Amino acid sequence: MSGLEQLYQQIILDHSKHPHGVGLEAGDETSHQRNPVCGDEITLALRWDATGERVTGIAWEGSGCSISQASASLLSTLAKESTDDGWSWTPDEFTALIHEFREALRSRGTIPLDEETFGDAAALSGVSKFVARVKCAMLAWVAAEDLLQRRA
Amino acid sequence: MTDVLPAAPSTAAPLSAGEIDAVRQRFPILSREVNGHPLTYLDTAATAQKPDVVIEAESAFYRESNAAVHRGAHTLAGEATELYEDARLTVAAFLGVDEHEIVFTSHATEALNLVAYALGTASIGRGAGAAAAEFALGPGDEIVVTELEHHANLIPWQELAARTGATLRFIPVHDHGGLDLDAAASIISERTRVLAITHVSNVTGAVTPLDVLVPLARAAGALVVLDACQSAPHLPLRPRELDVDIAVFSGHNLYGPPGNGVLYGRAALLDALPPFLYGGSMITTVTMEKAEYLPSPQRFEPGTPRIAQAIGLAAAIRFVQEVRMERIAATEHVLGERLLAGLSTVPDVRVLGAGSPEPRVALASIVVDGVHAHDAGQVLDEVGIAARVGHHCAQPLHRRFGVTASLRLSAGLYTTEAELDRAVEAVASIRPFFGLSEGEQS
Repeated sequence: MSGLEQLYQQIILDHSKHPHGVGLEAGDETSHQRNPVCGDEITLALRWDATGERVTGIAWEGSGCSISQASASLLSTLAKESTDDGWSWTPDEFTALIHEFREALRSRGTIPLDEETFGDAAALSGVSKFVARVKCAMLAWVAAEDLLQRRA
Repeated sequence: MTDVLPAAPSTAAPLSAGEIDAVRQRFPILSREVNGHPLTYLDTAATAQKPDVVIEAESAFYRESNAAVHRGAHTLAGEATELYEDARLTVAAFLGVDEHEIVFTSHATEALNLVAYALGTASIGRGAGAAAAEFALGPGDEIVVTELEHHANLIPWQELAARTGATLRFIPVHDHGGLDLDAAASIISERTRVLAITHVSNVTGAVTPLDVLVPLARAAGALVVLDACQSAPHLPLRPRELDVDIAVFSGHNLYGPPGNGVLYGRAALLDALPPFLYGGSMITTVTMEKAEYLPSPQRFEPGTPRIAQAIGLAAAIRFVQEVRMERIAATEHVLGERLLAGLSTVPDVRVLGAGSPEPRVALASIVVDGVHAHDAGQVLDEVGIAARVGHHCAQPLHRRFGVTASLRLSAGLYTTEAELDRAVEAVASIRPFFGLSEGEQS
């Protein structure tokens, strides 16, 4: 597989063409993140359970390159699958996940994303060899982190 | 699409394939590979590659003559000062102006900020009396730019307008990408005090019709400030013949080192403008209360300047002079035609400003339908082609074209036709790579 094919795995192309979790509602508390270099934009909101202690979903809207859009879609899918499996995240668990994601993406290809933990989002491992694109993949995750920090 | 290019000057022949090859031998970086492919460098508009003479001139200065300039009396200080001032002479000769009309700055951005800030300083009554007061701006005065400007020739004027109460106006572009000259004729009026325009757009590559705009500004009595960053490396640049008051460019675009910019200003204008940055090397007498300033250019060059960079730029200028700017322009004219003709054969690719009637340099910013510029650029990088992706510091123009980003291919004097053909071929592979068939919307 060429570097380019590792970067743009089919699952990433599919998510960028048909993104999951798109759609914000009026009154959502959102975090808006921009990559001024290329104009990628993500506005993201967290969905919480009735107790307000666990994240049950992620909604977002945005525009930009396939990596930034696919990454937001994959994060949304991961949150949904986790909740469907009865394992919605606490803020601490979610924060730890974001840290693990960032560490892998900044590893220049030395730390792959664990498929058990990240599911389809593990396909974003290929981004870590493309330093200029790490920021694209991080955008949605940084928005989620921003919202978690505001709550903390 | 090919007849919008400037006619090659009849006196200058394009470089032959052999001559281009000889030029390429002088750029060490061009022999490297990227991702297993020979480097195809098509990002010259962002920064040009450096010939061996530039690399050596900078290095030789540090190895042999390094010292602070315009101070100290030892041998090295004298040599360094001489080299630095020789660089100024070289730049002045290149532009056909006097040496004291050349100010070295950090880059074109600083040069434009210098002018805008100095005008702002004059506007609050500082500066050399009546001569400076002539430039004072206030409510009712207008500063005119164009919708094509690089942020560096827009934001300093936004700030100057905000500081002085003057109004910033802009000449819009047509849908086809050319400037609306009818609008320009009404926007430039007796209220216009400054016309700040680019010589060549860094997005469309179009050459601004200065023959139309400058006379309008002259009739209005406005100062004309020219951003020549994208013209200086590609066309013979003669500020006096263009009848502009100020012209700026960055050395790194002209095959020189980064960290060095050039500001040409008409002598009488520079002598009247107040300084921008204050400190050492720009004064005559300093007391605890006030200071008196040296004449231009020293008044605008406080602090220890970018000495090796100026010397490197002079080496770059001698290099292009050896090739001759007229021949570089003629060569790049042919390249530009080939690039546009090639891109016009690729389906679902739009060249920004392609319909503009103005002549162009060998530069094209493209939008590949259904593929973000960042993704498109990645496909080119995979085969060793360096192209710029993003808004190229021209967000308003991209917004005008209805896009947030584009992919820019820009040539230099080392670019070959074969490289442009490779780039066109790679551009044609972008949509298929992302699984888009001809005409299909993503």
